Amino acid sequence: MQVLINGETRRFDAPMSVSALLAALELPATKVAVERNLEIVPRSAFAETTLADGDRIEIVHFVGGG
Amino acid sequence: MTDRLVIAGREFSSRLIIGTGKYESYALNAEAAEAAGAEMVTVAVRRVNLTDRSKPLLVDYLDPKKYTYLPNTAGCFTAEEAIRTLRLAREAGGWRLVKLEVLADQKTLYPDMEETLRAAKLLIKEGFEVMVYCSDDPVYARKLEDVGCCAIMPLGSLIGSGLGILNPVNIRLIVEQSKVPVIVDAGVGTASDAAIAMELGCDGVLMNTAIAEAKDPVRMARAMKHAVIAGREAYLAGRMAKKRYADPSSPLAGLI
Repeated sequence: MQVLINGETRRFDAPMSVSALLAALELPATKVAVERNLEIVPRSAFAETTLADGDRIEIVHFVGGG
Repeated sequence: MTDRLVIAGREFSSRLIIGTGKYESYALNAEAAEAAGAEMVTVAVRRVNLTDRSKPLLVDYLDPKKYTYLPNTAGCFTAEEAIRTLRLAREAGGWRLVKLEVLADQKTLYPDMEETLRAAKLLIKEGFEVMVYCSDDPVYARKLEDVGCCAIMPLGSLIGSGLGILNPVNIRLIVEQSKVPVIVDAGVGTASDAAIAMELGCDGVLMNTAIAEAKDPVRMARAMKHAVIAGREAYLAGRMAKKRYADPSSPLAGLI
């Protein structure tokens, strides 16, 4: 399975949930927001949302800004 | 004293909102926020770094429980980009109160008012509480208030320029006509600029670069805190009338 995460292509052997993806990337689920194919994935749905081949994922957080 | 800034039903005792960009470190940023007495800070929404997990996190230095986070749409040039960014911000932090800015070009970062108004309408329809960065045009300011923005935030001058309040007449017109808070956003370079904004009757000042790029940001943050308080007090006190000629302060009677 190949997905585009924050503009970078990543390959995974098996289908995985958003929760599993965040765990694999060592990202704290409580401090990020996730968008899948331009749709927000609510935090409450991280565990049950399964990524599909070709998905475009954005993972964002807050940084300093004016 | 019960002179509070009320934005969308939230009460603040500080009228100084500071940015969190351009600081040497988040630690210095936190120290400046403390010195400024700020209760609200603007933040940006950006992609996480997938490869380098060692980068410090803003939330570890500026606690969102202590400071009201105001997610911005800096870098957005269309209404759609701004809405996409703020939907993510709402999901990341759970906040509906946001700072909308839709920019026209990189050179001036001047707000694209047509796109800004369109974005504001769409965001308000989605339940966002929109504090809006705008030009100092009183006509557009009124339109933004009419569609339901909860704070009008005209520029004093260009973002990051430190040129001060270039059109005090327009800022005053906006203050006079607005029923929601008016906050000068952008252009403040030093303490007197912040005081002038407040003396014009603005309800608050939002700044980033003036503090972050001062030689001593913490000291400048403290100066800004005093300037905003001084300007507010002077506005409430009501200044004396300007006269064309001298008017002696000592009595003329009884001169020897």
